[in-house]
Amino acid sequence: MEIGLGHYLTVAACLFTLGIFGIFLNRKNVIVILMSVELMLLAVNINLVAFSHYLNDITGQVFALFILTVAAAEAAIGLAIIVVYYRNRGSIAVEDINMMKG
Amino acid sequence: MGTGMLTAIFFYLFAGLAILSATMVIVARNPVHAVLFLIVTFFNAAGLFILLGAEFLAMLLVIVYVGAVAVLFLFVVMMLDVDFAELKAGFVRNAPFGLLVGGIVLAELLLLFVTGGITAEVAKKAATSAASEVSNTEAIGRVLYTKYVYFFQAAGLVLLVAMIGAIVLTLRQREGVKRQSIAVQNARVPQDAIEVVKVASGGAVVPSSEAKG
Repeated sequence: MEIGLGHYLTVAACLFTLGIFGIFLNRKNVIVILMSVELMLLAVNINLVAFSHYLNDITGQVFALFILTVAAAEAAIGLAIIVVYYRNRGSIAVEDINMMKG
Repeated sequence: MGTGMLTAIFFYLFAGLAILSATMVIVARNPVHAVLFLIVTFFNAAGLFILLGAEFLAMLLVIVYVGAVAVLFLFVVMMLDVDFAELKAGFVRNAPFGLLVGGIVLAELLLLFVTGGITAEVAKKAATSAASEVSNTEAIGRVLYTKYVYFFQAAGLVLLVAMIGAIVLTLRQREGVKRQSIAVQNARVPQDAIEVVKVASGGAVVPSSEAKG
């Protein structure tokens, strides 16, 4: 019953896949898409920390710290954009977001 | 038996709950429930981090993700009056394609582990390095403020930009709301504010502004 690196990588892979699946499943709801992105970043963090532990290298955890920072910034900006968009359009449906036809 | 068994039990507990609640995040009908399940996922991930000996990151995950990010999500979900039932409409239609893509990614990732290339490489490398005697937080601090100090500063800059961006995006000046204007207050002089009125006996004191108007 030894828990090895593979176990943690499998959990992270499952979480990452759930994040991808969530994006496809909730294609209309921006908030749930943002939550799915958070799940994917969490999976990446688990990978980094697991490798850091099994390689005895602290750098992985430092990198996970930076990912945490960027994820927090991304969530703040994303939610601010959603609030502004909702104020302008009264809806947050993804298919309505076509004002900036790029 | 012993510590290894206990670790295994807790690993499967945390991992199972994390995956279960992550599933609930993406299938929950009510987005408030989705946010709450996201919090459960973060807590279980923090448990996994503790099993890996990364206590500092585990606490950071609880404080930053649960305390700030998830609560921010909760605020936005509750603040926006959106018909979420309508947003769920394409749920079943999108499911097959999502399952296909997700299944392919999962298969690729798992194939990587099953073949054992990574784990064997790691086992070879890990045997050579010695275990450290300092605590996890101290070990992170020792490299974060020396070797990675520029990255640390850059992370602070990213947070600053995010903060300013969020404020600039969401701040709005509404019409008809009385605000304190410190510049106007400071620019006020006694000559504007005070006037000396000669009151005739028996007369009333009328401010000059009203008397003019």
